Amino acid sequence: MPEQTGLGIDALRAAALAAIDDAADLAQLDQVRVRFLGKSGELTALLKQLGTLPKEERPAAGQWINQAKDALQQALDARKVVLDQAALMARLGAECIDVTLPGRGQQSGGLHPVTRTLRRIERLFANAGFAVVEGPEVESVYHNFEALNIPEHHPARAMHDTFYFDADRLLRTHTSPVQIRVMTEQAPPLKVIAPGRVYRCDSDLTHTPMFHQVEGLLVDEQVSFADLKGVLYDFLSSFFERDLKLRFRPSYFPFTEPSAEVDIQCVMCGGAGCRVCKHTGWLEVLGCGMVYPEVFRHVGIDPDRYLGYAFGMGVERLAMLRYGIDDIRLYFENDLRFLRQFA
Amino acid sequence: MRFSESWLREWVNPPVDSRTLADQLSMAGLEVDSATAAAPAFHGVLVGLVTQVEPHPDAAKLRVCTVEVAAAAPLQVICGAANVAAGQRVPVATIGAVLPGDVKIKRAKLRGVESFGMICSAVELGLAETSSGILPLPMEAPIGADFRAWLGLDDVCIEVDLTPDRGDCLSIAGLAREVAAINRTDLTPLAAAPVAPAIDAHFPVRLEAPAACPRYACRIIRGIDPSAETPLWMRERLRRGGVRSISPVVDVTNYVMLELGQPMHGFDLGRLDQEIRVRLAEAGEQLTLLNGDDIVLRPDTLVIADAAGPVALAGIMGGSRTAVADDTRDILLESAYFAPAQIAGKARAYGLHTDSSHRFERGVDPGLQVQAMERATRLLLDCVGGQPGPVVNVLAPDHLPQRAPLMLRTARCTQILGLEIPVETIADLLARLGMDLESVAGGWRVTPPSARFDLIHEVDLIADVGRIHGYERIPVSHTSSAAVTKGTPEAAFELDRARLLLVDRGFQEVITYSFVSPELQARIEPGAEPLVLANPISADLSVMRLSLWSGLLHTARYNQARQQERVRIFETGLRFRPGLDGLRQEAVIGGLVIGSVDAEQWGQPACPADFFTLKADVEALLALGTVGGVAGSSFRFVPASHPALHPGQSALIERDGHPVGLMGMLHPTLAAGLDLHGDAFLFEVEQAALGTGTLPRFAPISRFPAIRRDLAIVVDAAVAFGDIAACIRATASDLLRDLVLFDVYAGGTIDSGRKSLALGLILQASSQTLTDQTVDETIARVLDRLASEFGARLRD
Repeated sequence: MPEQTGLGIDALRAAALAAIDDAADLAQLDQVRVRFLGKSGELTALLKQLGTLPKEERPAAGQWINQAKDALQQALDARKVVLDQAALMARLGAECIDVTLPGRGQQSGGLHPVTRTLRRIERLFANAGFAVVEGPEVESVYHNFEALNIPEHHPARAMHDTFYFDADRLLRTHTSPVQIRVMTEQAPPLKVIAPGRVYRCDSDLTHTPMFHQVEGLLVDEQVSFADLKGVLYDFLSSFFERDLKLRFRPSYFPFTEPSAEVDIQCVMCGGAGCRVCKHTGWLEVLGCGMVYPEVFRHVGIDPDRYLGYAFGMGVERLAMLRYGIDDIRLYFENDLRFLRQFA
Repeated sequence: MRFSESWLREWVNPPVDSRTLADQLSMAGLEVDSATAAAPAFHGVLVGLVTQVEPHPDAAKLRVCTVEVAAAAPLQVICGAANVAAGQRVPVATIGAVLPGDVKIKRAKLRGVESFGMICSAVELGLAETSSGILPLPMEAPIGADFRAWLGLDDVCIEVDLTPDRGDCLSIAGLAREVAAINRTDLTPLAAAPVAPAIDAHFPVRLEAPAACPRYACRIIRGIDPSAETPLWMRERLRRGGVRSISPVVDVTNYVMLELGQPMHGFDLGRLDQEIRVRLAEAGEQLTLLNGDDIVLRPDTLVIADAAGPVALAGIMGGSRTAVADDTRDILLESAYFAPAQIAGKARAYGLHTDSSHRFERGVDPGLQVQAMERATRLLLDCVGGQPGPVVNVLAPDHLPQRAPLMLRTARCTQILGLEIPVETIADLLARLGMDLESVAGGWRVTPPSARFDLIHEVDLIADVGRIHGYERIPVSHTSSAAVTKGTPEAAFELDRARLLLVDRGFQEVITYSFVSPELQARIEPGAEPLVLANPISADLSVMRLSLWSGLLHTARYNQARQQERVRIFETGLRFRPGLDGLRQEAVIGGLVIGSVDAEQWGQPACPADFFTLKADVEALLALGTVGGVAGSSFRFVPASHPALHPGQSALIERDGHPVGLMGMLHPTLAAGLDLHGDAFLFEVEQAALGTGTLPRFAPISRFPAIRRDLAIVVDAAVAFGDIAACIRATASDLLRDLVLFDVYAGGTIDSGRKSLALGLILQASSQTLTDQTVDETIARVLDRLASEFGARLRD
């Protein structure tokens, strides 16, 4: 039914709908709204003209205008949804990034491979109830040698093996003096490991004048060589994360008896024989034994009441085997290109 | 100790192959270092008899030899050696033989004369490094026999790397005892019957240092044949034992040393003056040794002397004046016991190490001397003839080592090994090791053999039981000990945490030597006295580090020289600071940064590290040791001066008023001297200072809103922010929740010599909402105090 008011409502409505469709963005759409539906908009103006119509025509004209207004409002809302969606799409498109670009900010550094290995050793022994203790690196001849039953003319005490400062002070040649300090200061039972730097006058392809050891000591009333085998078997299997064959070879240390060198089945060749194990299938990784009674006497522990075991291992060697490092000197050159491989 | 397997098997011959034997030795604590063939591979060499030697018709240096090798027709062999002679037995490589180095022997024509083989030298057979001419064989060599088999060359040279306690195994006799015990097989002992004296010739001996030498046996042998040679079989055993053949007298003494473990010495009797005195050297006495060394003796050295002076370094090496020479006919053989404590370290003190000193240092069986003398006499007479006198056995019984019996308790053995071994087994293996056992209740009274210096305590016997029984038979026990681990306090400093914090902040850990270059260290801390090594490995590593900085700087330089420009490193460890109260070995953490803070990246300009970027790292570290992680609460940064640092960019780190660390920019002069590119910043903090943290203490969170007021104040450039912050905190007291510094500005509209600080004060009360009035009053009070104390004005 066409309009019969003479106000031109239909024409206005058609123009407004066309304008709404033409609005390219939300700003234009709002201009269209103001133009037609605003306080002084064109449709609003028609409402004000209602009074000029004959009284009987007013209700129909008013209804006609309101219908047009509703239609426009609906069209506006619909158009807004479309434009909103378009704007969002435009924004999302514009905000597209290259997600393969690297992240920004500080990059992590890394631990030295020796520290990395030490942490692992410390944790494995902590699980077994060993506490970490430390000792000085400038040591007395007493702690480093005498109390450990190493006689005065033992080759290890010579100047070509040991760094001395004077007749009584030296750089510890092993972590074993920490055993003496712990046993002197604490009463049994004792269950400790002592990691740290040690020093020997040796510098060539396979030796550095400084390296790291971890010493272990357990003192209690009932301790046997079988227990020592157990703790080292557990440690080495956990450290290398495989069920390793172990070999306890009788050996000699002045501060333990019985003493043993511990060989593990070569981790490089599985025991078949290779360059690393010098084709023996075995790798020497540890020294150990039962604490010698003379050592207990030096520290005032009753050797008839207490027994103990001790062991010592070279950290650099274990790290070399674990990470495949083939030159011990790399550890202390501190080339960042080497160190970063362990980060 | 190197020895021939076949020699050992003459003493003890267990039914095991060479490889098993070597494994057995290793697993008994006598580690086999190598097992190598006694001779390289060769075949086709026979024992031949040279029946005729004719000159070569066409070559002055060649001979045409007729060599009989078997019943078949004799061979014609051309030989170039000067020592070939008719009547000799020789090794001859026949046609088809292959010699070491894959040398194939073929029929050949030398200057027109045919040769059907080659007469071999020791070198050609791989039995010597050098030789002059062919190898003559003894008359008993059976003609036609396979040379290799006849000389027993399919033998193995075993090298054992003995631990220093096992001097008793430095002989075939000692090793044989071990092998017999391991295999429970019988030992065939050496039959060394005494050699009856043929003449009554004594040589006087005086023991003037009886503690050092409680037994000295000697014997005169007159009229030996100086032209005699050491028999081939003995030379072969010496060779397989790694000992060079020298002369019959020397070879026999070495042979007995390898066989029984007794080092011996032969003197030329005619050159000895009157008597033997075993005494300590007199200061300044001189001796020319067999090896040609002239040494000046120290008074702690035991010597063998005659009336004219020292003739030998006792137990180490003889002197040249009385050495047996090519024309010596009368000799004095020495077989002595020198105490290990006397010999230990002496050889090394003179720059020597001999087979003799090696054994005496470790302990030679004090009961062996006369037996060894008889054995050597027998061998020598067989070799070079002569007439022996009686054995002179001079001893000081009080000073000879005494063997007290040791108690061995079965229960103790079980307890220590963690394995119960049958008593019969224990008794059997100890007896096989030469121990004398007397059964007592619960065990034995054990007297070890006199050669076993290592058996001192019961546990030494237990170790032997475990060793021979086999460590592999001891079970693997997983019973955990009753030892209790003491926990660490919650607030204790954890070095591991500190390391990881720095790693997470982009630092790479390094480990540098604890000894450093004195020059570099002196540039960092001139005048400081480090602890100096008496015997450094090099001048560059000769003093102990006073701080970690020399190692860190060295590392930075090392890496920058290898195209690693950006360096962020840290180290943990001890520094060594001598002081009046003694050496302090202090655990510290130190770090160095140089280059940009972040690795090169896109999207943001490179920010070079500066004092404050490093300070943030240091503060994070310090926060580990502080309640609630607020570094400012008990640590203070105080302007400081240090010779290695930029005077305007260095700070002392104090905790509760005590210096605990240092940080700052490396002094530009020092940086230039070290060829570092870019400004370097360093820190070092004592670990102990980080280890005094207390536990956090809960405080309720205020329910009321906080109010922020920003102030921009202008003060003299020299005024420290730290002082201003302290003043604000003190003035605003408990209303101040937080203080933020958000800008520091100088220049522009700010007067020269002044600076502007932009501060945000966040105020909050715990029991009410703050009114504007309270806030205004507080801010006014703060401004008043800042004005009066620092001349601060609000910025226009």
